[in-house]
Amino acid sequence: MVEKRPLLDFVSHGVLILGAIVVAFPIYITFVASTRTFEEIMQVPMPLLPGQHFLENYAQVLFAGTTTGSRAAVWAMLMNSTIMALAVPLGKISISIISSFALVYFRFPLRNFFFWMIFVTLMLPVEVRIIPTFKVIADLGLLNTYAGLTLPLIASATATFLFRQFFMTIPDELAEAARMDGAGPMRFFWDVVLPLSKTTMAALFVIQFIYGWNQYLWPLLITSDESMYTTVIGIKRMIVGGDAANEWNLIMATAMLAMLPPALVVLLMQKWFVKGLVETEK
Amino acid sequence: MAGVSIRNVFKSFGAVKVIQGISMDVTDGEFVVMVGPSGCGKSTLLRMIAGLETITTGEIAIGERVVNDLEPKDRDIAMVFQNYALYPHMSVYDNMAYGLRIQGRTKADIDKRVQRAAEILELSKLLQRRPRELSGGQRQRVAMGRCIVREPKVFLFDEPLSNLDAKLRVQMRSELQALHQRLGTTTLYVTHDQVEAMTLAHRMLVMNAGRTEQIGKPLEVYTRPATTFVAGFIGSPPMNLIPGRVAEGGKALASDGDVHLRLPEPRPALVGRNVLLGVRPEHFDTCEPGTALLSPDIDFIELLGSDSLVYGHLGADKSGARIAARLHTSVVAKEGHLPLRFAAEHMHLFDPESGKRLEA
Repeated sequence: MVEKRPLLDFVSHGVLILGAIVVAFPIYITFVASTRTFEEIMQVPMPLLPGQHFLENYAQVLFAGTTTGSRAAVWAMLMNSTIMALAVPLGKISISIISSFALVYFRFPLRNFFFWMIFVTLMLPVEVRIIPTFKVIADLGLLNTYAGLTLPLIASATATFLFRQFFMTIPDELAEAARMDGAGPMRFFWDVVLPLSKTTMAALFVIQFIYGWNQYLWPLLITSDESMYTTVIGIKRMIVGGDAANEWNLIMATAMLAMLPPALVVLLMQKWFVKGLVETEK
Repeated sequence: MAGVSIRNVFKSFGAVKVIQGISMDVTDGEFVVMVGPSGCGKSTLLRMIAGLETITTGEIAIGERVVNDLEPKDRDIAMVFQNYALYPHMSVYDNMAYGLRIQGRTKADIDKRVQRAAEILELSKLLQRRPRELSGGQRQRVAMGRCIVREPKVFLFDEPLSNLDAKLRVQMRSELQALHQRLGTTTLYVTHDQVEAMTLAHRMLVMNAGRTEQIGKPLEVYTRPATTFVAGFIGSPPMNLIPGRVAEGGKALASDGDVHLRLPEPRPALVGRNVLLGVRPEHFDTCEPGTALLSPDIDFIELLGSDSLVYGHLGADKSGARIAARLHTSVVAKEGHLPLRFAAEHMHLFDPESGKRLEA
């Protein structure tokens, strides 16, 4: 749109800046708090400029944890979170791309029934089925394991649905051409379907990485061992009681660390992510 | 190389009968065009030959071998799809080489074949491009290249030119012809475009509603259409079909609106029978009113440049049949009666019930 209206420019920029501040200010405060000592941030009003204790605070949480709350080192939690945030999207993409391939390209009895069975699980996220799922995982002896952390989150219909919709837009002639070329179904999957799905996979990876990283309720339930804490749970465990008892400066440093990886994934995969959502390479 | 035999083939999708008994023998090296309106089953027939659809009853043989139960890859055929169906993520080279790689050929052999096909199709400079970086005509050529490299017994084309613009279509048509002359591979070609069918075919199979209407050389189909359907389908504008009853000892046709048409050649054998008189618009000539066989009232005229299309009606008050005539522009009056005649060899008579041609 080519328009020259200074007032409109002024107002719209004003609104945008205001919005950005509203979103960014809490993060800024978190950062400021993470660079100061406990005493400094308990002053009223709290200082609004970064302090001198950046390295000290981050080193403390990364390698030793808090002194009053959980004593687990945050680097281990970050590792756990990373493992979980990678296992969830990778597991999800692998099983759902195969099941969608079956649903779209194979004719078998009750095909639509099975699709709807999978689809219905969209209505049953982990939070809804949390008690029975906990029971199953506990009976399988998977409490405090990575499998227990990730398996219930991997089984879901979102990705299956997305891949199914994408596969249905691939022209039938492509499958037929591959058949004429002598490619069997799995060869067609590897040589044609998989490369064409790259951008969809990337978009799903970003979404599911953040989903996995930000999991709270489920890890809170099934991890009791400090060595299995994820970062988000770690933050919760650091908060032990009333205001004075919590080392807010260290908790804020952990919060900053917890925010970093999802932001990095989004930044690094932005190009692919947008491509996957808006464009299909056909 | 090999011929193709289609023997009494039927196909139904559930209760819907798409192909209802088609038989044809395509000889080795022949270029056969299957033509018909949308939904006549021509593409289905081609896909059955390709092995992409099952055959309900009947037999299809390629060479000596009945292929009913063979997978497409085992039939030694190659197919060009209407939308080309190129693999979008592969380069032109890989698109052509893919089938050969699956066959497990050596790299050198694959390269030799792809380079040769690229040379034939003038794609050599485009081998590293992706399909989306190509124009419609180039994509079309890649799709043909993918067929050529496999050196199959039979080429199958499913409306390959219908996604191209008019000018490119004419160009690709002649390239296709040149290609067939060069390779001499048996070719089956599906189209709904009668011009494509006429220009490309050695023989054509005109289909309607899953049945064969006529099999023959293009000129034969044009000059001696076997049914009213073929008469109307091949030729543009379509043939005039004037209903009436043969009268006056076979010399005239009593038509609607109290019109008596004189026939250029008497048909005494048909006296008293209801017939459809067929005359192609381009076979009418103007003449003196005295010698005219029919003289329709002019409704309107379309100027095409050197020729004009004249549309009119027979009979008083335009109660008779509609007539279209293609005449040289200089001889066309603006309105009123238009005295017309046509030669005896351009007269076609059809049975109005069965639609079949009535021979003299």
